[in-house]
Amino acid sequence: MSTVTRPQSSPAIAVHEPGNFLTHSSGFLSWALTLDHKRIGLMYLVGVMSSFLLGGILALMIRAHLFHPTGTFLTPQQYNQVFTLHGAVMVFLFIIPSIPAALGNFLLPVMLGAKDVAFPRLNLCSFYLWVGGAIFFLVALLVTGLDTGWTFYTPYSLDSKGPVVLATLGVFILGFSSIFTGLNFIVTINTMRPPGMTWFRMPLFLWATYSTAIIQVLATPVLGITVLLLTAERLIGIGIFDPKLNGDPVTFQHFFWFYSHPAVYIMILPAMGIISELMSVHSHKGIFGYKLIAYSSVAIALFGFLVWGHHMFTSGMANVTTIVFSALTFSVSIPSAIKVFNWLGTMYQGTVTLTTPMLYALAFIFLFTIGGLTGLPLGALSTDRHLHDTYFVVAHFHYVMMGGTLVAFLGGIFHWWPKMVGKMFNEFWGQVSAIIVFIGFNLTFLPQFVLGTRGMPRRYANYLPEFEYLHQMSTYGAFTLGIGLLVAGLVLLHSIWYGRKAPTNPWGGATLEWVCSSPPPHDNFSRPPVVGDPYDFRGIEYDPKVGGYVRRPVVEKGLG
Amino acid sequence: MFLLADKNASFWFPEQASTFAAEVDWFYMAMLYISLFFFVLIVAAMAYSMIVFRARPGYKGSVEALHNNTLEFWWTFIPCVIAVWIFARGVYGYLDQMKIPVDTNNVDVLARKWAWNFTYPGGVSTDELHLIVDKPAKMTMRSDDVLHAFFVPAFRVKADIVPGRYTNMWFEPSKTGVYDLFCAEYCGDKHSAMGAKVFVQTEEDYNAWIAKEMLPPANAWDWGQKQYAKTKGCIACHSIDGKKVVGPSFLDTWGKDVELAAGGTVKFDENYVRESVLNPQAKARKGYETASQMPSYQGRLKEEEISALIEFLKDVKTNTTKKE
Repeated sequence: MSTVTRPQSSPAIAVHEPGNFLTHSSGFLSWALTLDHKRIGLMYLVGVMSSFLLGGILALMIRAHLFHPTGTFLTPQQYNQVFTLHGAVMVFLFIIPSIPAALGNFLLPVMLGAKDVAFPRLNLCSFYLWVGGAIFFLVALLVTGLDTGWTFYTPYSLDSKGPVVLATLGVFILGFSSIFTGLNFIVTINTMRPPGMTWFRMPLFLWATYSTAIIQVLATPVLGITVLLLTAERLIGIGIFDPKLNGDPVTFQHFFWFYSHPAVYIMILPAMGIISELMSVHSHKGIFGYKLIAYSSVAIALFGFLVWGHHMFTSGMANVTTIVFSALTFSVSIPSAIKVFNWLGTMYQGTVTLTTPMLYALAFIFLFTIGGLTGLPLGALSTDRHLHDTYFVVAHFHYVMMGGTLVAFLGGIFHWWPKMVGKMFNEFWGQVSAIIVFIGFNLTFLPQFVLGTRGMPRRYANYLPEFEYLHQMSTYGAFTLGIGLLVAGLVLLHSIWYGRKAPTNPWGGATLEWVCSSPPPHDNFSRPPVVGDPYDFRGIEYDPKVGGYVRRPVVEKGLG
Repeated sequence: MFLLADKNASFWFPEQASTFAAEVDWFYMAMLYISLFFFVLIVAAMAYSMIVFRARPGYKGSVEALHNNTLEFWWTFIPCVIAVWIFARGVYGYLDQMKIPVDTNNVDVLARKWAWNFTYPGGVSTDELHLIVDKPAKMTMRSDDVLHAFFVPAFRVKADIVPGRYTNMWFEPSKTGVYDLFCAEYCGDKHSAMGAKVFVQTEEDYNAWIAKEMLPPANAWDWGQKQYAKTKGCIACHSIDGKKVVGPSFLDTWGKDVELAAGGTVKFDENYVRESVLNPQAKARKGYETASQMPSYQGRLKEEEISALIEFLKDVKTNTTKKE
């Protein structure tokens, strides 16, 4: 309990206490109108976690319903509404904003040694746009059921009696929230790096966030255009997507995936950034092949724009188009493979501590590798014709989105939780949560690969009896996974009240956020710190007096 | 609705019932083994580091960032080579599937919410797909309403059916039997019930079946019943046992007054049925305001077909047990 309240070097401002950003000011308005990126990050965190809870409950409803071939408690119409909302809530309200908006907002300026993002007001605006978009979605949930699937495919979405216009307006607003966040991050990274932090001395999380921000700014406007066209088609019949008006439904798919495929990389790139940090810090060793990881983030962001057609291999595109998209799809698999090998290289010869964040990071590598490898038979044309729109696809993207992004997000939350709230969580129960999540996840989604190759189509409310036992395994897995996530949530909440005070550097990280106290003061740094290599672990030693790591001046290597 | 389920040929796949299946399955298994090889390698490397380099008293690993150009080159290069091979092999199989032979048996496929209709060269039209074994078959497919997809797992083929254009596909059934056909593109309320049976038969069996189907119906009621249950797909939304599926049931409605959404009632008689078939929204029933809209059958039913349908609707219950 030796929280050394080091004297802060800020004599100009009358500080009552050596306060942190949480205690800096109080009252509802101090949060609602805050321009502090850390508070905005925390508000985003509360928002996306609430959305995740909602999406998760919907997921459990889906799995509970599919326990029997004829369904258990939903009508087919209700089932269609539930899977639509599950997808829409998870994609638009949870995964897309999760890492960039919640963790990114909190960490990006601190990692840069800056006081805040470049445009703090725009940042707050982006948060309220997110809230506004989320409300549109929830209204759509409460008023009448949306049943188009999260993809809004035409012409079904033109005929559907669900609140398509309301929901797409929500998407439109959420898109702006995403664009503003991306814009802010690009400008911040370009202009506010401290002395000494060249591009190749940035933490890899920032490289990943930067690549993500580029996609957010370039791709999201296309989503805005798409949903506006959809709304115009629905309301005044402009005849672009509706075959009855000489429109082409496949045009909508091109528009939609031109955004939504890059959006997949908005989801996974920041997760890869987190994993790069986690692997290095918890192996207490510099990252293997820094430049290759940094370049592969940018490569993924660029290639990611060119592969949208692989969602449409069975839509009836011309053969040449289909073949070109298949080739481009394989090109994007290479940078992902490189990253996995580099993470393994990082552990090699390090000092691997199996902490909760590290367990999540290792689970990520395991699950993401499966997710990536199962993309091969989907990118290959002849096998995709069999596997397209089956449970194989469902399992594949859950391995990437959930086994990848969500698990990395959880690892990141556990990793930076002491920094965000200033408390340590219970390590044992944190590890238990990681193990339950890992087992539950595989039990849920491994059987779905087999369902897919055996021909079970996706989005089915009822199914043939021959698929029953695989579906039941999946349902048992989903509830196990739910329990694991519940444990993780309780561990984090418990720590807020009962956790011991976090030291400045609980894990032994070398990036700048571990130089700030936990939680950081309102201004992060009184002046931009001079920085060197973010993965220089020399001299970082555990100090039992502090309960965390401190950086000792390096005389020679070794001996703390 | 599904009588027989496809048998599994292996742990991964259903029966191989078309000439495409062997290539698809072989290629999938090849990718599976390549993937397993790399997966085991990755997990083994991970486990090795977790054990050998774990933090423990008296052990201090290196802190230096590693970098090895040779290693990094090879683990970029080898995945590239494998990716190129997988891409090429996928294209090879795909082009085979896309090249429609000249001499095929043709079937016109109509997909609509939520039924399949297959029309054969002689004009026979049913809700079952009948194919001749070892003869290439070509499907010319269209949709009446939204996107659907033709998917027969045993044949390993799938194609989206896009409204407003024809989609052609071909395959060659290689094994007699009964297989499942699914709709694989989400199409609304009864998407999961939009299935059909595929009968792969010898040429003699197929001809015998066609000949039987070509016979004129025995009487108007039978004809109406067949339209209701098989050829026009009414059964997808309207039951005859009183259950509310999507639209109203036909049990005990003939001659009764039914309530309308716009208020008032109308007698369920010949004229009401005729009007509702040709212009379904003219007098929509109360209690079905939020149900998916029935498409018009204008131009799809001849006058005598409507009359036959009416004969059936007059007496849906007693006759079902009496005549079958």
